[in-house]
Amino acid sequence: MHSINTEEMAEYITLNHGSGGRLTGELVREIFASRFGMNEPFTDSAIFNVAGGDIAFTTDSYVIDPIFFPGGDIGKLAVCGTVNDLAVAGAVPLYLSSSFIIEEGFPVEDLIKISESMAKEAEKAGVRIIAGDTKVVEKGKCDRIFITTTGAGIIREGCSHIGSAAGVKPGDRLIINGPVGNHSIAIMGARKQLSFTTQVLSDCASLVQLISKVLVSGVEVHFMRDLTRGGLATVLNELSEMTGMGIEVDENKIPVDEPVRGLCEMMGFDPLYLANEGKVLIVVPENGCSKIMAALRSDPLGEKAEIIGEITGKKNKMVVAKTVTGGTRVLDMHSGTQLPRIC
Amino acid sequence: MKYIDEYRDGKLIRTLVKKIRKEATGSYTFMEVCGGHTAAIHRFGIPSLLPPGITLLSGPGCPVCVTPVIVIDRAIGIASRKDVIITSFGDLIRVPGSVSSLEKEKTHGADVRIVFSALEALKIAKDNPGKKVVFMGIGFETTAPGTAAAVMKAKELAVKNFFVLSAHKIMPPAMEAIICDGTEINGFICPGHVSTITGAEAFRFISDKYNLGCVISGFEPVDILMTVLMLVRQVNSRKFNTEIQYSRAVSMEGNTKAREIMKEVFTLSDNEWRGLGVIKLSGLELNERYSDFDAAEVFKMNGLREIPKENALCLCGEILRGRKRPTDCRLFARACTPENPVGACMVSSEGACNAFYKYRRNG
Amino acid sequence: MDSLQLHLDLNNDMCLSLPAKVIEINGDMASVSVGGAMFNAGLQLLDDVKPGDYVLLHAGFAIQKINKDEAEEILRLLEEMQDESD
Repeated sequence: MHSINTEEMAEYITLNHGSGGRLTGELVREIFASRFGMNEPFTDSAIFNVAGGDIAFTTDSYVIDPIFFPGGDIGKLAVCGTVNDLAVAGAVPLYLSSSFIIEEGFPVEDLIKISESMAKEAEKAGVRIIAGDTKVVEKGKCDRIFITTTGAGIIREGCSHIGSAAGVKPGDRLIINGPVGNHSIAIMGARKQLSFTTQVLSDCASLVQLISKVLVSGVEVHFMRDLTRGGLATVLNELSEMTGMGIEVDENKIPVDEPVRGLCEMMGFDPLYLANEGKVLIVVPENGCSKIMAALRSDPLGEKAEIIGEITGKKNKMVVAKTVTGGTRVLDMHSGTQLPRIC
Repeated sequence: MKYIDEYRDGKLIRTLVKKIRKEATGSYTFMEVCGGHTAAIHRFGIPSLLPPGITLLSGPGCPVCVTPVIVIDRAIGIASRKDVIITSFGDLIRVPGSVSSLEKEKTHGADVRIVFSALEALKIAKDNPGKKVVFMGIGFETTAPGTAAAVMKAKELAVKNFFVLSAHKIMPPAMEAIICDGTEINGFICPGHVSTITGAEAFRFISDKYNLGCVISGFEPVDILMTVLMLVRQVNSRKFNTEIQYSRAVSMEGNTKAREIMKEVFTLSDNEWRGLGVIKLSGLELNERYSDFDAAEVFKMNGLREIPKENALCLCGEILRGRKRPTDCRLFARACTPENPVGACMVSSEGACNAFYKYRRNG
Repeated sequence: MDSLQLHLDLNNDMCLSLPAKVIEINGDMASVSVGGAMFNAGLQLLDDVKPGDYVLLHAGFAIQKINKDEAEEILRLLEEMQDESD
């Protein structure tokens, strides 16, 4: 693949690595460019051609703590999070940029692991990382490493309405590709500050392939959004707000893994508000459900997909959940505030 | 999950609801006095399943909600000392005192740490020999034995820097105070986990002395509905008895070992309950044998303002006595929300206002 | 990243007690499982706890054992009630 002269490359990032001189060049070449498939010369902007069409464009910063967690690391997250934002908009993700802010003293070995993660996920998602930046700050001025990725993709034919929910109608069904809450629980377990240990892994994953299957199924998709901070309940509230329509879900249908459920019961968390990094909400007309479910269940990231609810005819911008008892409860926008540095 | 899911079975729930609707022909008011019940009732939408003749009231069952403001002020006074680490269960940190809260003090540099167990606090003491570690002991008979066990362990291990600021309370005197207060109640949904320690006998006065329905309840929807049915039957037949619905965890005698441990470390004292005033012999303080571990002894709080201010519009006191509902309070969901609580009932997820806000507002 | 912030954000229920399965015992502490999540539980308040027992876990202590027979008896009673009303 590529060779790193580990004797020449330092063990720890120093402020000089961020100065823009020789050491920066070395760092970019040895650690990032070689893995991201970037070719010299490195110019200020990358240029790529697009055929006539709409470009989807997004950016996100990643400050997750801890940076290595069960199921992934900050690098994997930085790629998956951004390509997922493009995919749920109905775009084919094409290019990413990646900026790093690194704390002085950060181990190069960890930076290599993170970059390898990013390269691997980029390849899986079919994107290329074509631009980036690296800054190093004094010890204590940032917490180990922060990554910002910006992504661009081309909106597929007929998909430009998906992000805005313009086509959502009463009677449409809500589908989710798998169990919720895993990411938050994995992170909490990894922080070792609570009195439990768990084997739960983050669901951090690129949804590009899965969403591709959905979009080529022939069913008209009315809305998609990936569930991140704030969880399923937050996305449902956002959708209700955007469309002005009521939403009803059935809690008995919302998949939650057993260990996540046990922890939520014990600690008083509501899994519907916990963060995810590999889940998408899909809204389709009722007659398209079986095709979408078949498409999802044919993919490892959609094996546990479920139809969880529907858009109602009520013009009341409320999200109501049927509970395990058959009673109902309102899923409000907040349930406490978010867990900090969850993504 | 075993011993949980079986008691959430949809068919059993529907059967119980049918029976309740059939047999509850009159008007009934039942009060629960346990934060766990408050949260469960709202979370599972129990009120929406019951016929309109049944009213469920929330009493002073939220330990955080009944902790008087002066305890928070004392804790803040102790926490402000540089050599002190204050440890507490999560919800108490956010309760507003007269001027501040432990949460706010933390942002000003106080060492305030959340723990899940008194044993965790003891470990912090062992790991920080140069500091004085104070554990906020709040909770009823379910939690007090654990605090006592931690104090005994501290004595056994000769840990000299572990202290408890006890705000522990016991339930039965508060229930008796509510009955005597005159609130119209036909029966009590008795606290299931307090009863694992005290035994069902501790609540016999409710049925035998006051002729009110008395059923010790579990926390799953099937448990609560079964309890409501049992209470309806007691009221209908006018045969009041102390019954155990939560038989898988509660017996008549309770946990004698846990009670012995409580007795070893604590003594009963008159105690102030926020919203209810002083109730005789309702509080637990460390006795003489363990005075070395008593934060109230060790950290003398002189010159502390004795009449803390409460927001005049806050109805927590009335709500805790079952006299008013959260929606009767002008601050509810306006100035007072879970993110910005004014009164204690909104802070803890076991508080009536918080539970109502989360599960029933607009619903 | 401090634990205070973590807990403020998560509305921690102090009073929660859940049935947990005893997996392993070490002196006066046990490792117990709630649906696969592992917690530590102090055994100071109970006698005769064995791996395989179910206990109520509350604030880091096992406060009572779950009585299997009573659990089954209640469910049996409820099912009888169900058969009556069908």
